[in-house]
Amino acid sequence: MALLEIENLSVSFQTSGGMFRAVHDISLTCDQGEILSIVGESGSGKSVAMLALMGLLPWTASVEAKRLAFQGNDLRAMGPRARRKVIGREMAMIFQEPMSSLNPCFTVGFQLGESLRKHLGLGRKERREKAIELLKQVGIPAPEKRLNVFPHQLSGGMSQRVMIAMALACDPKLLIADEPTTALDVTIQAQILELLVDLQKKKDMALILITHDMGVVAETAERVQVQYAGEKVEEQHVKDLFADPHHPYTAALLAALPERATDKRLPAIPGVVPGQYDRPEGCLFSPRCRYADDLCRRSVKRQGPEFGGALCNYPLVNGRPTGKEEANAMDDVTS
Amino acid sequence: MSEHVLEARDLARFYETSSGAFAKPATVRALDGASFDLEAGRTLAIVGESGCGKSTLARVLTMIEPPSRGELTIDGRTVSGKADPKLRQAIQIVFQNPFGSLNPRQKIGAILEEPLKLNTDVKARERKRRGLAMLERVGLRAEHYERYPHMFSGGQRQRIAIARALMLQPRVLVLDEPVSALDVSIQAQVLNILNDLQEEFGLAYVFISHDLSVVRHIADEILIMYLGRVVEHGSAKEVFAHPTHPYTAALLSATPVADPTREKNRIPLTGELPSPLDPPPGCPFNPRCWKAQADCTRAFPPDTGEAGHFAACYHPLAENETTA
Repeated sequence: MALLEIENLSVSFQTSGGMFRAVHDISLTCDQGEILSIVGESGSGKSVAMLALMGLLPWTASVEAKRLAFQGNDLRAMGPRARRKVIGREMAMIFQEPMSSLNPCFTVGFQLGESLRKHLGLGRKERREKAIELLKQVGIPAPEKRLNVFPHQLSGGMSQRVMIAMALACDPKLLIADEPTTALDVTIQAQILELLVDLQKKKDMALILITHDMGVVAETAERVQVQYAGEKVEEQHVKDLFADPHHPYTAALLAALPERATDKRLPAIPGVVPGQYDRPEGCLFSPRCRYADDLCRRSVKRQGPEFGGALCNYPLVNGRPTGKEEANAMDDVTS
Repeated sequence: MSEHVLEARDLARFYETSSGAFAKPATVRALDGASFDLEAGRTLAIVGESGCGKSTLARVLTMIEPPSRGELTIDGRTVSGKADPKLRQAIQIVFQNPFGSLNPRQKIGAILEEPLKLNTDVKARERKRRGLAMLERVGLRAEHYERYPHMFSGGQRQRIAIARALMLQPRVLVLDEPVSALDVSIQAQVLNILNDLQEEFGLAYVFISHDLSVVRHIADEILIMYLGRVVEHGSAKEVFAHPTHPYTAALLSATPVADPTREKNRIPLTGELPSPLDPPPGCPFNPRCWKAQADCTRAFPPDTGEAGHFAACYHPLAENETTA
């Protein structure tokens, strides 16, 4: 049994222009001791899916899922109190902006102590000791002194370390990191990623790393799930994904990276991600896809695991679409 | 050899800060001695982490702020305190965040025409003609002329910002992190447009970025900065292939590469950027440098290296040496 099982998760938001579906039928599983990465551009629903799991979405959101289970227990069947015991303790999350995720009015020590008191019921002295230990774990020098420091006195990298310490306070089984290094400098990013992977190994946690940076994915993840406009378009092991992407979107995204370019002109993806009002019929990527045909504009089918579960009628193999000739031949016969 | 459109000699910019009613005012040396030349049609990338002074350099280059020291020559004219409309037209800037740099209450047309209105005496009809032509040049359509910025996506807004910067037909365009707020697929579109425009108008770019993979793609020359100082300067090819300053090597090794099969050979850097209010003595990188020795704390190191590729370091890396 997997640690986390999500089946057909959909999240819609009530907006003035009607319902907007930010996440559509996303399924994922994550095992203990595994690093799963969710990659996608802005608007791909990668953060919203995880926020829905954590129960952190505002009331305008409606969450539907066939299954939303953590350690075999369905989170939707739990009452708010029982759920509160799991969230923050068994699964924790760190966010993109370390500077704005910490409360500016309280010291680092107080904020670290909060979850220790709520979830573990530790006393004042034990909290202090545990907090020092946690800060040491995440590599903050002179942790005794840092306890009495306010967030504005910390740099971005240090704030993110404090956030990680907070998330780790109750030894979670699952850590969700939502773009943990996007706001940080490269050398600090390298430090934080190393720290996360290190802690994940040491504690045998599951780590879900949400990011838009293909470089970060390549260097840290084991399994990768690619999302586009709220849908999961494919899932593969990291090496296979970079060597042989099956969905045209993944292939185009990888080709658009400046470091993979062979020419001065980058193979850009034309157009933009569809928004609320211009969602196409059929495959959502079809207006920007170079392989799309009439069938793609009508409907799209989910491929089996041999194609990484690609949401595509003609999944790519070695950069060439498969099944297209046969489909065209069929069309010729029928017409 | 073509002429230099931009010449900077020992540019510096200091800020006075007060740290309390009774404390002595302190000086932040945000930019401390940057020198370079830039030819028409070429791209100079300025790379560094936050707080290294790259945006300050952009502000000094575009005359938003006067330099505290040093000399700046743009298109053959020396920048002095006096207003010179010709100078203003020669250099333009594109900012990082396209959501903040366009006035939400102005239509795109008004945004594009404003530089012409302020700096030239071109008639209204001609202004509109040029605005429409430029809009088309960056891949937008004529009907967008009457729309407001909020109706556009991030990538489109950045194109509008680029179009606005080009309205005065500048020789030099300063791009301050122009693609870091954009998604990869949109980033590629904007980089392509920049590439086309450079070829078409013979523009010189000062491309400020912290993303080394973008820099590697677009730059001809690179200037690596650390804490207000230029630590390495050379052709992009040279700097990427043989970084000689330890900081450059560390920066290159810390940049994630989108290739899971690549062997990781990371130079671990401990600590963080020191405060510019209280920079370490000597080489600013010495507290984090694994090659630092006693002489590194004495004075800022002089440039070493051969013509066209300098590093300010007492113990530069040898050709094949990348790790400690």
